[in-house]
Amino acid sequence: MRRAEIITAALLGLMSVYFMWKSGEPPAWNPDAPRFQNIWIVLDEGPGSGFWPFWLSLVMLGCCVWIAVNWYRRQSPPSQSEEPFLDSFGIRQLLLVGGGLFGFLVLIHILGFYGAIFVFLLYYIRLLGRHSIKSTLAISSAVPVIGFFFFDVAMRIILPKGYLEPLFIPLYDIFL
Amino acid sequence: MDILFALLDGFWVALQPVNLGLAIIGVVVGLFVGAMPGLGSVNGVAILLPFTFVIQQITGSATSPMIFLAAIYYGAMYGGAISSITLGVPGASTAVATTFDGRPMALNGQADRALVTAAIASFVGGTVSNVLFTLFAPPLASVALQFGDPEIFALMLLAFATFIGLGGDDIPKTLFSICFGLVLATVGFDIVSGEPRLIFFDITGFTHGIRFLVLAIGVYGIGEMIWTINETRYRESMTAVNFTPSRLMAATRRFADAWKGTLIGSFLGFFVGILPAAGATPGSLMAYGVTKMVSRNPRSFGKGNVDGVAAPEAANNSASTGAMLPMMTLGIPGSPTTAVLLAGMVIWGLQPGPLLFTEQPDFVWPLIGSFYISNVVAVLVNLAFIPVFLWMLRMPFTILAPLIFVLSLVGTYAAYQNMFDVWLMVLFGLGAFFLRLLDYPLAPAVLAIVLGPIAEPKLRQSLLFSDGDFSIFLTRPIAGPITVIAIILILLPLFAKIRRMIRERRTEQV
Repeated sequence: MRRAEIITAALLGLMSVYFMWKSGEPPAWNPDAPRFQNIWIVLDEGPGSGFWPFWLSLVMLGCCVWIAVNWYRRQSPPSQSEEPFLDSFGIRQLLLVGGGLFGFLVLIHILGFYGAIFVFLLYYIRLLGRHSIKSTLAISSAVPVIGFFFFDVAMRIILPKGYLEPLFIPLYDIFL
Repeated sequence: MDILFALLDGFWVALQPVNLGLAIIGVVVGLFVGAMPGLGSVNGVAILLPFTFVIQQITGSATSPMIFLAAIYYGAMYGGAISSITLGVPGASTAVATTFDGRPMALNGQADRALVTAAIASFVGGTVSNVLFTLFAPPLASVALQFGDPEIFALMLLAFATFIGLGGDDIPKTLFSICFGLVLATVGFDIVSGEPRLIFFDITGFTHGIRFLVLAIGVYGIGEMIWTINETRYRESMTAVNFTPSRLMAATRRFADAWKGTLIGSFLGFFVGILPAAGATPGSLMAYGVTKMVSRNPRSFGKGNVDGVAAPEAANNSASTGAMLPMMTLGIPGSPTTAVLLAGMVIWGLQPGPLLFTEQPDFVWPLIGSFYISNVVAVLVNLAFIPVFLWMLRMPFTILAPLIFVLSLVGTYAAYQNMFDVWLMVLFGLGAFFLRLLDYPLAPAVLAIVLGPIAEPKLRQSLLFSDGDFSIFLTRPIAGPITVIAIILILLPLFAKIRRMIRERRTEQV
């Protein structure tokens, strides 16, 4: 936990510096303008476009330094903790659940929302939850069907169908 | 008298079949959301916000979706007690204090009495706070009408300062979270100059900005869920409850024993709820502490004292209405849930703030009327369907969690019809999980991304008006005191540290 605290503070500090750098970017229509020209207050014009994000990012950077000081002096609970940041269960669950979510996102582009929901629920309920095949199939099939009637038919929000689009054309003819 | 007539009008609209139906559905959803460990009102409201656009399209008014969301908020406050008592796991952070005495009561075979006490105390708390809200909201809104840009920015500063001074979390992490939310709110085009800002890695998806819902659903739909899985490890054990109509009646008759806790919770909860960054969780904890302090038998607390159930339950309901007061009258949300509600109002084309009461009475009064109605619906549904909720609580988390993930992804897509936002939401969720493990509070970031688009133009207009002189926030008669209070609140932890150091030095000398 202690190591994770300082690594996270360092990464967030780097992100803050990146935010500061981006805040000072000149506008696309005047690329020759000096960087960081927009972070000041101009008389009769008020603060520039980068003023608010730049100084807030600087405060973020200051907070990261403050967190690092607290870490060095062992003042925050994570900096005192000798426990692992994630134990074996946590790492396993993160890989299985996080990986499952990324798989879900990738599948949406291939099978569309309804196909991806079916596969994701099958994976989660059967493989992670170890529920019976009967209840897994019942839930995994019911959710996309309810989803189709709720979103596409009732709300007229057409969710992406991916390569399964042709399968839905007869349904569109009937319900839409 | 005007208030009374306006309220009666409000009741009339809120009792229309569509609105009444939405209130009932909202309460049921809220009860379920509140009862499920790991889900709270904010999760329910954030995940379901995209679905309210349809309610607005169908009904043609912003009142109906708001009634639906407010009913979820109410229901969740009631529902939290169910799992606190029967599982010993708070359904939401707002019901933590209910566990202290609710769980021992359940283990002593008094689960039915604890559940009934929680429901009736919640009803009393909700009713008291609704009356206080009706009385306080219109005068506060009329005072707020005199606010200009510096005053509104000073109020925003106060909202953030309370998170730092009273939040109780790690200060640099809280401050980081606030600034992070405010910076995310600036992504996209600058509304003043039209310049593109913070288009990270030149990805075009960022040009439309980072929508508030993307962060809120990521934090509460994905991050919280993974965190709950890691904390609870899918394990819970439920206490059996003998819930028959005769036992329900007997428990109702014995509610009078909990009058002291209910009364303290009802009033204290409301005033704590008004404070930004305070809300229902500290409200219920404070009510529990005060009730224990004034009790004739403080030692019985923690062992199954009925006042220990009534006080936090009355307080969390009362505080949830209290938190609506600054949101509706000043446009400043006091809690993450009210931040989501405020964002919803903006999406539905309303401008929360003092003008709401004068320009949108057709929205405000039916909503206030619906608070009363939702409160009655919630107590009736809660008492009637406790056995159903107990059955639902047996739903394994390995089924509930993937359903929430699906709902989060579909909800984000349905709101913006853009896959970039769905990817970003999942990334935010995973990031939120890591930050949560390291005690970074994320509620301030959600609040900040809502308030950011309001705060920045107010600051820039104020500084344009004053030729860049920051003293404008200190010299104006209303903005000045608010800014000073905000500065004191920011410095409060520093004062506390200095006091502690002086005390330690004195002890060393002795």
